[in-house]
Amino acid sequence: MSILILAEHDSAALKAATLSTIAAAKKLDLPIDLLVLGEGIDAVATQAKNIEGLRKIILGDNAVFKDILAETFSQAVLALAGEYSFILVPATTFGKNILPRVAAKLDIQQISDVIDIESPQRFVRPVYAGNAIQTIETAQEKNILTIRPTSFNAVALGAAQDTPVEKKEFSLTPPRVRFVGIEASKADRPDLSSARIVVSGGRGVGSKENFKIIEELADRLGAAIGASRAAVDAGYVPNDYQVGQTGKIIAPDLYIAIGISGAIQHLAGMVGSKVIVAINKDPDAPIFQVADYGLVGDLFTILPELHNELQK
Amino acid sequence: MKILIPVKRVIDYNVKIRVKSDQSGVELDNVKMAMNPFDEIAVEEAVRLKEQGKATELVAVTIGPAGAVEQLRTALALGVDRAIHVPADAMIEPLNVAKILAKIVEKENPDLVLLGKQAIDDDANQTGQMLAALLDWPQATFASKIEMNGGDFSVTREIDGGLETLSLTLPAIITTDLRLNTPRYAALPNIMKARQKPIESITPDSLGIALQNRLTVIKVTEPGKRKSGIKVADVAELVRRLKEEAKALS
Ligand SMILES: Cc1cc2nc3c(=O)[nH]c(=O)nc-3n(C[C@H](O)[C@H](O)[C@H](O)COP(=O)(O)OP(=O)(O)OC[C@H]3O[C@@H](n4cnc5c(N)ncnc54)[C@H](O)[C@@H]3O)c2cc1C
Repeated sequence: MSILILAEHDSAALKAATLSTIAAAKKLDLPIDLLVLGEGIDAVATQAKNIEGLRKIILGDNAVFKDILAETFSQAVLALAGEYSFILVPATTFGKNILPRVAAKLDIQQISDVIDIESPQRFVRPVYAGNAIQTIETAQEKNILTIRPTSFNAVALGAAQDTPVEKKEFSLTPPRVRFVGIEASKADRPDLSSARIVVSGGRGVGSKENFKIIEELADRLGAAIGASRAAVDAGYVPNDYQVGQTGKIIAPDLYIAIGISGAIQHLAGMVGSKVIVAINKDPDAPIFQVADYGLVGDLFTILPELHNELQK
Repeated sequence: MKILIPVKRVIDYNVKIRVKSDQSGVELDNVKMAMNPFDEIAVEEAVRLKEQGKATELVAVTIGPAGAVEQLRTALALGVDRAIHVPADAMIEPLNVAKILAKIVEKENPDLVLLGKQAIDDDANQTGQMLAALLDWPQATFASKIEMNGGDFSVTREIDGGLETLSLTLPAIITTDLRLNTPRYAALPNIMKARQKPIESITPDSLGIALQNRLTVIKVTEPGKRKSGIKVADVAELVRRLKEEAKALS
């Protein structure tokens, strides 16, 4: 009985979501192996050695893993799956894309978006955009889970351990899909998924040009920028800024919602934040029902004031 | 090109759901039901491909209770040619759905299966990927743009770090994200015409699929509520409270 975790990383370091997934795995109290796939990923293996409690690190360093394709990554996981009783990935677009392919091939019903592990057979997960919480029990011999990163505190990176690193070659069937390119978002601000403070703008901000005032506030606070679906749809900001049921699920220490009404689909992505501030001109906007501090008024007057107040 | 579009009947996204007091699930009786919004986007995309002369036949399929025929009628009113209903319990698990869909694919031989990336009831985000695995087809999940060049599809995907483009050879699976398109409403004459379009019923049994669930739902509860907050008078009070009370700013 042991656990395999497929690591999400950027070739230099593990993503915070992977560290949270390891934290979740530790609740199962079984040996944990970390599988790192990619090309030129020695740095990731070295970093993973700073994590306590891993049995081994399996390194699939090969040009075929340079691009992340569900077709190739799932084959690698399947090649190793036999000996494991659990396979875990973070419930990010990375994990969600790959893991169901593994589950179907193994004839296992995957358990998505786990927010708590009550026992090796009992898991808790949100349904209906988090408006209901399901506790489920599995009798499957092998279980396949995606882990919601915000629900588990990332394991710490400490002193280097002597965790063995095992290099592995995989023989893969070539996929009928080709990676063409990626239009990566600029990374000049903290990462939305793991930032301590997030400033989010909605339709109320009104235009791409106006979004500058959200950016200025974010930069002043060293915060990441988020957005509602309406703001993304309207082209104010890129797609990966979307917070919500179908965007990013985040839980920063401070979330500031500006010109966002608070639709349930949006709340699903941020209601776990420690402190929520809402700025909205409509005193009845549903966002105020989840806000610790609400400020009713026009964002175009409030934000400059806030800027000045923070400068004091 | 023939396209298969699986659709799911779910509680309308505008409805505030109610958890049953016996914790057995969510109240489904007398609640407004609708097509899963992501599946509406899939139907819209398929209809556009047909309007552009790129698709020849559109077949919708639903796996679900008798009422789900309503969602098939919606798909037909939007421009789908014919539909298949596979009767099943509303709580059927994604793996079983994927297995049934794989059988339907065997029968129907579509070149493309176009479906929503997730259903807004169980939020599982599994079916498309599972179907792709069972068929050994390539997949492009979370699509925000689909372009056809010859027999290949170029698909732009919404991922955590931005936008990624893949090129797929048919047959393939594509799952839809929100920004792929804005679905149209069905016009009244089309709703009338849809009543004449054929809906075939195929039982899971006849496909050789047994429907036992693998997971047992122990309970369904309401999420914890946040402590209710306060309204502050002005920016100065907001900043003071964030610093002194919440210690969220230094
Ligand atoms: C399947 C599905 C999935 C979805 N997933 C998501 C998701 O992941 N994330 C998400 O966010 N949404 C999602 N949505 C959309 C969601 O239902 C809402 O439509 C969306 O969140 C609304 O965005 P908004 O609050 O910015 O816009 P609106 O609801 O239009 O709210 C704008 C707010 O701005 C305020 N305002 C306007 N002008 C000013 C001003 N000058 N000063 C102060 N306040 C002002 C208004 O009072 C209003 O409250 C989804 C919907 C569906 C159907």
